[in-house]
Amino acid sequence: MTIQQLIEQTGWKPVTKDADVTKEIKGAYCSDLLSWVMGKGQPDQAWITVQSHINVIAVAVLREFSCVILAEGAQFPENVISRAEDEDLVLIESDLPVFETARKLIELGV
Amino acid sequence: MNKILQKEFHVERDDYANAGMASSQIKSTLKQVGVDPKVMRRIAVAAYEAEINMIIHAWGGVVYLDVTEDGMIHLIFQDCGPGIPDLEKAMTPGWSTASKKARELGFGAGMGLPNIKRVSDEFTIESSPAGTSIFLTFRVEE
Repeated sequence: MTIQQLIEQTGWKPVTKDADVTKEIKGAYCSDLLSWVMGKGQPDQAWITVQSHINVIAVAVLREFSCVILAEGAQFPENVISRAEDEDLVLIESDLPVFETARKLIELGV
Repeated sequence: MNKILQKEFHVERDDYANAGMASSQIKSTLKQVGVDPKVMRRIAVAAYEAEINMIIHAWGGVVYLDVTEDGMIHLIFQDCGPGIPDLEKAMTPGWSTASKKARELGFGAGMGLPNIKRVSDEFTIESSPAGTSIFLTFRVEE
């Protein structure tokens, strides 16, 4: 599934403007501890987290995630969105808790 | 051994806003010399963890990157102290001395050094109050 298809089928909000939504999502990883994410995340996954600060971008780019989904209705600050756009990384906001966000991805066959 | 590439990157203490910048530069530098993507990912993990350690635990430092003719990538992370009093504990997964601020940002899981060791082909660490040095080696081809 592509990021675009995920956005269409969930109604979740992509907050980055020009980042590439045609990228494939192959699985997902859920954690808020950056070292766990660095150590265990895999390329092309969607990363589901409640961390919204600037360091999320570096981790997501270095780990080559497809996109970052911020759960629980939290919001990315402007400077984080801007850094993500520079890195061509899609940021998405979900109103659902982490578990429900992950369940939605599973239901959609991610 | 002749060096085909040599660079250094500076990392500042408590500079959370730019955390990961040195690692990103290392990654883009190595992409230019055609490093295997799987090796690249391991290097990215190690570089990021070591860079973060310099920011949250040390008083900043310098990262030295060398690629030698024999297809080896050498990374040295040399910080300005204060050193790690108990290296054995520091290498134990889950053990951390990170500040409250660092933990709130999702750092300080106690997985940094274990992650670095796991993904590196060779790993050496030395520490004294004058500073900690981590020597890492990766083969360009997996």
